[in-house]
Amino acid sequence: MANRTLHGEDMLTADGRAEWQSRDAKASALAASPYKKDFPLLATKPDLAFLDSAATAQRPAAVLDAQRSFYEEMNANALRGLYDLSVQATEAIDNARAHVARFIGLDGKKDACDIVFCRNTSEALNLLAYSYGSLVLKPGDEVCITIMEHHSNLIPWQQACRAAGAELVYMYPDDQGVISEDEMRAKIGPKTKIVSAAHVSNVLGVANDVKLMGKIAHEFGAAMIVDGAQSVPHFPVDVNDLGCDFFAFSGHKIFGPMGVGVLWGRHELLEAMPPFLTGGEMIDAVTEQTAVWAPVPEKFEAGTQDAAGIYGLDAALSYVESVGYPAMEAREKALVAQCMRRLAELDFVRIIGPADPAAHHGVISFNVCTVHPHDVASILDMDNVAIRAGHHCAQPLLDFLGIDSCCRASFAFYNDSADIDRLIDGLNHVWSMFHGQ
Amino acid sequence: MANDAIYTAALMEHNAHPDYKYDMDDFTHEHEGVNPSCGDEMTLKLRLSDDGSTIEEAAFVGSGCAVSQASADIMAELITGETVEEAKRLSGLFVRMIQGDELSPDEVEDLDEAYQLQSISRMPARVKCAELAWRTLDNIL
Repeated sequence: MANRTLHGEDMLTADGRAEWQSRDAKASALAASPYKKDFPLLATKPDLAFLDSAATAQRPAAVLDAQRSFYEEMNANALRGLYDLSVQATEAIDNARAHVARFIGLDGKKDACDIVFCRNTSEALNLLAYSYGSLVLKPGDEVCITIMEHHSNLIPWQQACRAAGAELVYMYPDDQGVISEDEMRAKIGPKTKIVSAAHVSNVLGVANDVKLMGKIAHEFGAAMIVDGAQSVPHFPVDVNDLGCDFFAFSGHKIFGPMGVGVLWGRHELLEAMPPFLTGGEMIDAVTEQTAVWAPVPEKFEAGTQDAAGIYGLDAALSYVESVGYPAMEAREKALVAQCMRRLAELDFVRIIGPADPAAHHGVISFNVCTVHPHDVASILDMDNVAIRAGHHCAQPLLDFLGIDSCCRASFAFYNDSADIDRLIDGLNHVWSMFHGQ
Repeated sequence: MANDAIYTAALMEHNAHPDYKYDMDDFTHEHEGVNPSCGDEMTLKLRLSDDGSTIEEAAFVGSGCAVSQASADIMAELITGETVEEAKRLSGLFVRMIQGDELSPDEVEDLDEAYQLQSISRMPARVKCAELAWRTLDNIL
C-alpha cells in the first residue's frame, strides 16, 4: 500500500515553491481572459469565478449556435430518411465522426467507423464493461484499475467482475500521485484481461502513464482502456501513440454539449464485441426470432442519436482547434501555478495532490482546516465563486487519502487571475466566518 | 444570495459551541445517522424517563458540516424536557419546513430557533445536512 502523504502540507517542498515562482512569471499575462467573451454564460456573468470546469465546462457560442442550426436547418432522423434533410443530418453525423477520429490522432476516412457516439464517458465505459467484459472475462481472471478512478470507471468493473467471477485489482500511487512501473508490474499479470485507467485524475489532477500501462497490459495479452474525460480538455491525445485499445471521453467536458460522448476502439475488438443496447438502427436484418447486427459503429448506436449534440461536439472540437492546445495548455499551467502559490500562502489551506503544479492538469483539490468542504463551497458561492466540494465520485480514492471529502477548484483556459483573486478572497472570508476576524 | 441567509450568527454560534455535543453515558436510546454523499455521520443519544414518555436528556457526537452540526445542537436543545409525542410533532414540523412547506405562525413559534434554518429549504444540496439530526431522531422515536 502506498503511503498517504498525498494529503498534507509536508508535500509543499522548497523545490515546489521555487518551481511555482518561476512559472508564476509566465502568469503575468493572465489578468483578463480574452476567451470569456466566446462563452455566453461567462460573458453575461462577469462577476462569476467559474472554477468547476472539471465537472462540466462552459460552452462557446459556436457550440450553442451549431446545435440550434442543426434543428433549424437540417433536422431529420439520420441514417434512414430518403430525403434531403435526412441526408444532411446523416452527413452531419458522418462529418463529426471523421472529425473526432482526426482529433484523437486517427485517419478521418479509414478510422471514422471506429468512433462510437454515446451519451458520455460513463456510458462508454459501461458499454465496454458489459460488452467487452462479457466477451473476455472468465472466473479467476483479473481486471486492473487504479485507486484514482472516477466511479464511472470503477463500478462498471465491479459489476463485470461480479458477473464473471473475476477479481478487481487496484494500482496505488506514490506520495506524488505517480503509479510506478513496479506497481504496474505488481498488479498486471497473466490473469489480467483488462486494464482500465483514468488518463487524468479528476481529484489529484495527475496524468497516469497509460502508455506504459498499456505496454505492460499487452505483454500479458490484456486490453488497455483509457478514460480520457479529464485529459482531452487539457492536452492533445493521439490514441495510436498511447497504444491503447479503447479511449473514451465526454463532450461536455471539452466545451461541447451535455449528453454526447465518444468511445473509440480498435476495429477488430469492436467487431468481435456483442452489442450493448439493442433496438432500432443497430441491425441489418431482423426476423421473429433473430437479428443480424449492423457493422460498427452502428452496432453500438441503438436508437436515435443526439444528432444536434454530435453536431455541437463537432463545433466544440473546431473551437478547441481554433484556440489551439499550446495556447490552452500554457494558460492553464500558468493559472494552476499561480493559484497553487496563492493557496500555499494561506496557512489554513491544505493542498491535496502533487507538489508540482505542472502535474495538476487544471485540477487543484484542497481542504480548509476545520471547515467542512460543503461549508467552504456554500460560503464561496456567496462570493460568486463556483467550486466543487464532496467526494468527487471517487470515494475509494478519498478513503485511500484518509479524507471524507475535499474542495476542488478546476481550471480551463478561459479562466483568469481575477478568478483566482476571487477564490483567495473567498477563502479568507470562509476562514474569518469560522475563526473570527 | 440565498447562502447569506444560511450562515446566521445563531448557526455559527451553535456550530462553534455546541452545548449538546458530548458522549452521554446513561442513555436509553441511540441511533447513528449518515449522509453518505457528504460523509457526515452523527450518533444521537437520548435518555428517556422511566415511563418512556419524556426526553430527559439529548446529546450527539459526530462530524459534519456547520449546517448539520448546528441543526443537531438546536434540535437537542429544543427537545430536551419535551414529551416523546411533542418531539415527534416538532420533528414533523421541521421536516415540513425544510422541504419547503409554509408553517403557521404558531408552528413557527413552536420551532423557535430551529426556524432560523428555514432558508436552507431553498438550497437543495444542503437540505439533507439540516435534516440529518431530525431524521435520526425520527428513527429513535
